Amino acid sequence: MSRPLVVTRRMVDHPTDSHTLDRYQETGGYEMARRSLDMTRDEIVETVKSANLLGRGGAAFSAGLKWSFLAPDRPAYVVVNADESEPGTFKDRQLLERDPHQLIEGLIITSWANEANHAFIYIRGEYPKPARRVQQAVDEAYAAGYLGEGIFGTDFDLEVTVHLGGGAYICGEETAMINSLEGLRGEPRLKPPYFPAAKGLYMKPTIVNNVETICNVPHVLAMGAEDFKGIAHPEDTGTFLLSLSGHVNEPGNYELPHGLTWREIIYDVAGGIRDGNELKTWIPGGASAPWFVPSLHLDMPLTKQATADAGSMIGSGAVVVMDETTCVVRAALRLVRFFAHESCGECTPCREGAPWLEMMLTRIENGQGRPVDFDVILDVSDGISIGLEWPPKMTTICALGPSAVSPIISLRDHFGDEVVAHIEGGGCPFGRVEEEEVVA
Amino acid sequence: MTARETEGVLVTIDGKEVRAPEGELLIKTAEDNGTYIPRFCWHPRLKEVGMCRMCLVDIETPGGSMMVTACTNPISDGMVVDTKNDRVKKAQEAILEYLLINHPLDCPVCDRGGECPLQDQTMSYGPGETRFVEEKRHFEKPIPISDLVLLDRERCILCARCTRFADEVPGDPLIEFKERGYGTQISIFPNQPFSSYFSGNTVQICPVGALTATPYRFRARPWDLKAVESTCPHCTAGDRISIEASQNQVLRFLGVDVDATNRGWLSDKCRFGFEYLNSEDRLTNPLARQEGGTYEEVSWGEATSIIAQRFGAIREAHGGDALAVLGGAHGTNEDAYALSVFARDVLGTKNIDCRMDDALGTRLLTGIDRRARISDVDTAGTIIVWGPDLKEEHPTLYLRVRHAVQELGANLIVIHPRATGLDDRADLKITYRPGSGSDLLTQLRGGDRDDVNALLEASPVVAFVGRTGYTEGPTMAEAVASWILELEDSRVLPLARRANVFGALDMGVAPDLEPGRIAATETGRDTRQILGGLASGDIRGLLLVGADPVRDVPDGSLATSGLSGAEFVVAIDMFHNDSTAHADVILPALGFSEKEGTVTNIEGRVQKVNRIAPGSGQSRSDWSIIADIATALGSDLGWTSEQEINDAMMARVPAYAEASWDALDWEERDGVVVPAPGADVPVYRPEMTTQPTVGAELVLHSARKLYDDGVMMRKGPSLHRLAPGGFAHLHPDDARRLGARTGSAVRLVTKRGEAELPVQVDPSLHRGVVYVPFNQPGVGPLGDDPVVRVTAVGEPD
Ligand SMILES: Cc1cc2nc3c(=O)[nH]c(=O)nc-3n(C[C@H](O)[C@H](O)[C@H](O)COP(=O)(O)O)c2cc1C
Ligand code: SF4
Ligand code: SF4
Ligand code: SF4
Repeated sequence: MSRPLVVTRRMVDHPTDSHTLDRYQETGGYEMARRSLDMTRDEIVETVKSANLLGRGGAAFSAGLKWSFLAPDRPAYVVVNADESEPGTFKDRQLLERDPHQLIEGLIITSWANEANHAFIYIRGEYPKPARRVQQAVDEAYAAGYLGEGIFGTDFDLEVTVHLGGGAYICGEETAMINSLEGLRGEPRLKPPYFPAAKGLYMKPTIVNNVETICNVPHVLAMGAEDFKGIAHPEDTGTFLLSLSGHVNEPGNYELPHGLTWREIIYDVAGGIRDGNELKTWIPGGASAPWFVPSLHLDMPLTKQATADAGSMIGSGAVVVMDETTCVVRAALRLVRFFAHESCGECTPCREGAPWLEMMLTRIENGQGRPVDFDVILDVSDGISIGLEWPPKMTTICALGPSAVSPIISLRDHFGDEVVAHIEGGGCPFGRVEEEEVVA
Repeated sequence: MTARETEGVLVTIDGKEVRAPEGELLIKTAEDNGTYIPRFCWHPRLKEVGMCRMCLVDIETPGGSMMVTACTNPISDGMVVDTKNDRVKKAQEAILEYLLINHPLDCPVCDRGGECPLQDQTMSYGPGETRFVEEKRHFEKPIPISDLVLLDRERCILCARCTRFADEVPGDPLIEFKERGYGTQISIFPNQPFSSYFSGNTVQICPVGALTATPYRFRARPWDLKAVESTCPHCTAGDRISIEASQNQVLRFLGVDVDATNRGWLSDKCRFGFEYLNSEDRLTNPLARQEGGTYEEVSWGEATSIIAQRFGAIREAHGGDALAVLGGAHGTNEDAYALSVFARDVLGTKNIDCRMDDALGTRLLTGIDRRARISDVDTAGTIIVWGPDLKEEHPTLYLRVRHAVQELGANLIVIHPRATGLDDRADLKITYRPGSGSDLLTQLRGGDRDDVNALLEASPVVAFVGRTGYTEGPTMAEAVASWILELEDSRVLPLARRANVFGALDMGVAPDLEPGRIAATETGRDTRQILGGLASGDIRGLLLVGADPVRDVPDGSLATSGLSGAEFVVAIDMFHNDSTAHADVILPALGFSEKEGTVTNIEGRVQKVNRIAPGSGQSRSDWSIIADIATALGSDLGWTSEQEINDAMMARVPAYAEASWDALDWEERDGVVVPAPGADVPVYRPEMTTQPTVGAELVLHSARKLYDDGVMMRKGPSLHRLAPGGFAHLHPDDARRLGARTGSAVRLVTKRGEAELPVQVDPSLHRGVVYVPFNQPGVGPLGDDPVVRVTAVGEPD
């Protein structure tokens, strides 16, 4: 099957040296950045908006629309969100490591379009190699006059700072990232009033975009809005990097056009389930997303709207596939534990509620569940994410708290029997070792 | 302001339509209109963080109803809010349950029990029962985070009130969250205690019993406390406090949120400076000195007759002017009025002064027409502080200025011989050498400093003016005030020590003022002249009223020689002190919280002080002691209560006409600002010479710290140990020249005293200045002459 490639084209064609400046330029790199400096800010924002380039960090929000919200106060800043820490997500890593100049070019255009003279690339601290590659590329770009003062011989100045995170998933949330960049605790800010495009880094207008979003920008301009939209699905335009993992035969990153069905993705793209096992469930869009099951969702297309209508989200593009050998209670526990562990602790429901959920799930998995426990779990979850829906009606400051509830929504909707079997059977029917509470 | 801000917008809260200014926080609008929305983290004087999530409410939006925190959402026109529907109730129950699952419920032994927002809100909004069967989170408890404050992390609900206060209000960000998620906790930084002058405020605003104060811990159950509102006795700001007592013992002061003065905040000196009231060392009976210098208890009758006999004899033989009165600035206006009348009409002396030779001229203290109000700093374009370090001597004014600069955008100019607490917020800091202030002032008046001129463009100008230290004479401040008043649209607050000094001056406890700020036809002697007169024998008899000149007068040796030279000394006081040691008769006085009356603050604001405890032994009010002595001297002043004196005072001091007790008790809870007199301080041009720095390269700068060796501190165990002790601060260049360094010792010799002190190298000083904090434990007086000789002692180790 031949698929249109946009952001991974170069690394597929030149697997050994796609990250070098020579290869980048030899394949037309930095041409679009150079040309964009002759375009007006409005022209660029308009093009990105009408191309309907959707953010790839999780919320799938139109990048052009976000840019058009930039408040007039100056200086403005651009921040690239390269914190990629959600379990199962590893797409940005490949873009950073294998094509860092593509990111820098996108960043130059984004900064120009948003009148920013200083941009930051915030890379997750556990990504040493990607960070090295990006820093090297930034250094090369400075040396070539593509960054720094008067880039490409124009009077536009652009400084780029590469910053490494300190090991907190929450710093991927854009306002926590801004706090972290300022040297403050990695805790989200209140929205309102601190929408980054209005009051972001140092309380100045700031555009935060995901790595993949920024990497798409040069291509959107090069193709033009109409052609970009023509790649695949008319609403979910362009391509989409999926990180496929779990019990599939061919896990990995795949750049796909929107609109494929889940059956195509799991069985064709990812080569089907290991050992010929049955597919049990899958996470369609990152650890925060409520799970899908074959009986309901296998022939559904992967689009933003269809996924939302089914009560989940395309999120960060991390698909985790689980086969029939999976204990879903344990899977849910591991996810809840992740969120409880990563809670920043700023707000009460997530700080106290998520660890409580972890404790109860641990007991159930270990055979100490009580008949009331699942009701308590649902009710405690309800206090974090009222109504237990997706997108959540949250009582928390940010979406991390409700993310801890997504696995529980999934248990309730699809695997209530398995929970009951744990409680009534006095342990895990899959006969596994004791789980230890980590957070508490 | 837009119409929406002034007339307000229409908001519907639980079906009720209300109007409030656009942009006001929903939680406040609701509360002002009778709907209390529960909360823990929100505090009206701190920036909102929306962390605890207790105040979630539903608002209607075009996309359906939405849950928002009322503490972070400004109201807008047409907003429709539901604070009581099922979803809101579910959220409230959930939040409380989350807060309680790990809470230790130490209520029976918790200082907060009975006045605990967590208990109260659980009653009103919480789940009835607990469903948590897991192991609770444990922390070592409690841990000290400063000399005064303990932290119990198990009780903490992580609302960030304490951390926000420390960072936003006094600018002491010494406590912070550490760890994250389930392990989040309040912490200090390694080896850096939370030693803020304002730490006690965190205990007051902590919504649970996580922060407790050592002076109050385990002392009382809130339901056993009775409380009365009063005015803080520690500085001239006139801060509003609630005095709380149990079984006749004062157990704590709380700040009361009054916009006119302290907005609820207190310094730790004010908050914990009540322990002396309960001291075992309080005087309980009149004492008369015997042959050989010991004191015997005598009856009040015996004491007054001895006094009448001796004062009478001196008056007879040498005239009334052979008698003098010192003190009266710690009491009430009623006490001060009685004292003034007694001195002038009974003793027949004009030698009376409530200032301890550390203040300013009465013209500056009482005579400014354009005297500022504290709240004027909120609207100031530029604030000038040329006087004592506000953080050390007027702590709540320090907070007010900080707020005005930090949050309201005022310019700030600080002029002082060394670092002050406000420097980090100052747009311009000028450091100068004491003695050269006139040169600097000449430059400023001449418009020679562009940096100052530029800042002064922003008006109105509000200036705090006083003596930066005791080696700088009072005329300097008067000259500064004159310059300020030459500026257009400017106001001045003159700074002086002792809580009721302004009231006492208004009542004529001054050699050149009669009651009602009337210039005396004949001027008597001020404190310095009285002490000199006692030493030389011109003055023979002295009445001390709550005054300790040996400790308080900058030239302590002058005070000692004066008191030793006196023929007969009477002291009305609460304690033995270095000055009462020279007294022939000592009379036990009631203290603050043991008497009722009025006091007058720096702005001329008259407020009530109220009684809650009976006082020790046979202690009595100053006025009643004075009235008895008057009677024994043959003049019945006819007073039988404070109220009667107040009536007499109002008749004689028309400026106080609006400030009757009734008005203050019932209508004017924030006090009444009495009218200013009709004339500005005339423009006063000091001689533009610098003070001499003869022979020596160094001049002395001597100024107070918040905690010192005053008797109220000495008798309060919690605070006295916080006094930093004696140090000689030297500029690095001077230290190098002298062969001294931090930790080594130097010897200081002035005209009036000497001391050997450890050195602290202090780059904030102007070169050529040695700074020694005034009245620290173990350090004798160095006097107020600027010339000092400094030599290194021994080898620096
Ligand atoms: C808890 C949490 C973690 C997040 N982590 C990431 C992340 O690792 N990378 C990312 O790009 N966006 C992350 N986001 C989303 C960002 O807040 C933000 O929406 C995104 O960076 C915007 O970029 P986009 O518009 O290009 O998607 C996270 C959000 C939340 C609530
Ligand atoms: S929901 Fe969790 S991660 Fe988000 S702000 Fe609250 S405590 Fe922090
Ligand atoms: S803070 Fe103290 S009084 Fe309040 S609930 Fe906790 S233990 Fe009880
Ligand atoms: S110690 Fe008190 S004020 Fe500070 S965060 Fe904890 S509960 Fe809040």
